Amino acid sequence: MSDTREPAPLPSPAVADMISSRWLDNLAGVYTIWLREVRKFWRDRPRIIGATVQPALFLLLLGTGIGQGIPRAFGVEPAARSFAPGVPNYLTYIYPGIIAMTLLFTSVFSAISIIWDREIGFLKEVMVAPISRSAVAIGKTLGGSTVAMLQGCLMLLFAPFLHVALSWGTMLALLPLLLYISFSLTAMGIAAAARMRSMQGFTVIMNFLTLPMFFLSGAMFPIDGLPRWMTVLVTLNPLTYGVDALRSVVIGFHQYGVLQDLLVMGVFGVAMLGLAVMGFESHE
Amino acid sequence: MIDVRHLHRVFRTKKGTVTAVNDVSFTVERGEIFGFLGPNGAGKTTTIGMLCTLLRPTSGTAILNGFDIVKQPHYVRKSIGLVFQDPSLDERLTARENLEFHARLYRLPKDLARERIDRMLEMVELVSRQDDLVKNFSGGMKRRLEIARGLIHHPRILFLDEPTLGLDPQTRVCIWDYIHQLQREEQVTIFLTTHYMEEAEHCRHIGVMDYGKLIGLDTPEGLKKTVGEDRITMTTLHVKQATAYLASRGLSPLGVREREVVFEVQNGEAFLPSFVKQAPFDMLTINLTRPTLEDVFLRMTGRTLRGEGDPVGAARSGRRR
Repeated sequence: MSDTREPAPLPSPAVADMISSRWLDNLAGVYTIWLREVRKFWRDRPRIIGATVQPALFLLLLGTGIGQGIPRAFGVEPAARSFAPGVPNYLTYIYPGIIAMTLLFTSVFSAISIIWDREIGFLKEVMVAPISRSAVAIGKTLGGSTVAMLQGCLMLLFAPFLHVALSWGTMLALLPLLLYISFSLTAMGIAAAARMRSMQGFTVIMNFLTLPMFFLSGAMFPIDGLPRWMTVLVTLNPLTYGVDALRSVVIGFHQYGVLQDLLVMGVFGVAMLGLAVMGFESHE
Repeated sequence: MIDVRHLHRVFRTKKGTVTAVNDVSFTVERGEIFGFLGPNGAGKTTTIGMLCTLLRPTSGTAILNGFDIVKQPHYVRKSIGLVFQDPSLDERLTARENLEFHARLYRLPKDLARERIDRMLEMVELVSRQDDLVKNFSGGMKRRLEIARGLIHHPRILFLDEPTLGLDPQTRVCIWDYIHQLQREEQVTIFLTTHYMEEAEHCRHIGVMDYGKLIGLDTPEGLKKTVGEDRITMTTLHVKQATAYLASRGLSPLGVREREVVFEVQNGEAFLPSFVKQAPFDMLTINLTRPTLEDVFLRMTGRTLRGEGDPVGAARSGRRR
């Protein structure tokens, strides 16, 4: 049984063939994984409805309540003056923030599919396929961000009710922006999910992360005039820049510049994707 | 086809390290059915995990279909198909979608994929259920679908980790029919693990694993020969005459009871007819039992295959995935 022979030389496939074939294998892997995520999203109508109703409640109930109730109760006349040009009221102000919230929650929680896949054993089918671990991470991230983008698009249906005029051009510009923001947020979720075993654990940790991210992003209130410690946190929060970019495109109001927003989200996204890939590389 | 060289795997646990696979070396020929036999936690699944690149060996390596599992995992993965011990289907997709996912993942051209999927669905008799969600399938149907999936991309080597675990006897027979059919029609090398003795009999060669070590490797017949000879149990009213006659032929009984004599011979099937014809006394019954792989395992390890209450084995099986 013991083997004393010299190890046979390894067959070396032609280098060109090797590169193209591995590259194509990985590309096919990314596409396959992406397709499954999107297809399953499309099939899960209750999930789509749930993920639309929740932000709608935020907008309608919380937005109206805060926008109308607080000024009255604390002695500020509502609509005394417009906050900024193009922002006639509070509801309009938070609308892009609520779109960002939808992206955040959909993105991060789409990453739970990894833990689900591991639980039902399906992850092994993917892990043993001839594709690299990076392809798995990228496929999952692209799938999750596409789903979040679609969910974000559904939020655009509320625009007419809020008297926000979206031209076709704006809508077209929004699609890549939604995808861009979703990509970095999904990568964050995947980076966490790749290292976690239980769905409950993931949900708890992600709530710890997403809620402060949401509250500190300027989605619900303007970010200048805050106490110093909070300003620091807001500035460090990558979602702040996503919200700012969305607000800039949707209602034409911004505190940073779109270019800076994109840069920060991009750097954050690449870093998170790196973490996600590393999480998969060390996966056994 | 499979050349395993000093494969070794250590797991770190909170209580220290556990050697799940201990310096295992063997080879498997092209087109053969090779079986790994051993109790739960013996290291079978860990070995398969390393061979199909899901786990990294702590040391050692293996060459599959000419590719090194450590240095060329990508090409190893392209060469193998795998049917896992635990279910690994997406239950929210239909049977056909599961197969399509697999075909796409292995980059099969569309036409070829459709043809292979149709053929495999036919083989595992799931054509009429192909558009049903897998969550509505029975355990046997799921297992059959997994076997079909493992074959879609024409693997050179098919790994079956406990392929019939938890299935009813009828389904087990069916699955074995498929496995033999595959080996014949597709010339697939089949590597399986089992802890059912009856199933190990289907294999050309059997490796016996225990506590992470390969403690025996031979054909089923060869393994049985190591345990002992064929055993004959005879009942007769003339026990004294019978023992005397046995002694005259140079055979000593293992045990003698009232009306019953037990002794061992080589090649019992050839021995019996002439013995019955020539014996100078009347027999009531005569019965030949051959050693089973269960006996082999018992002899090699001092334990039965399905024995429980083995703390080391239990601790290991907990670490297997």
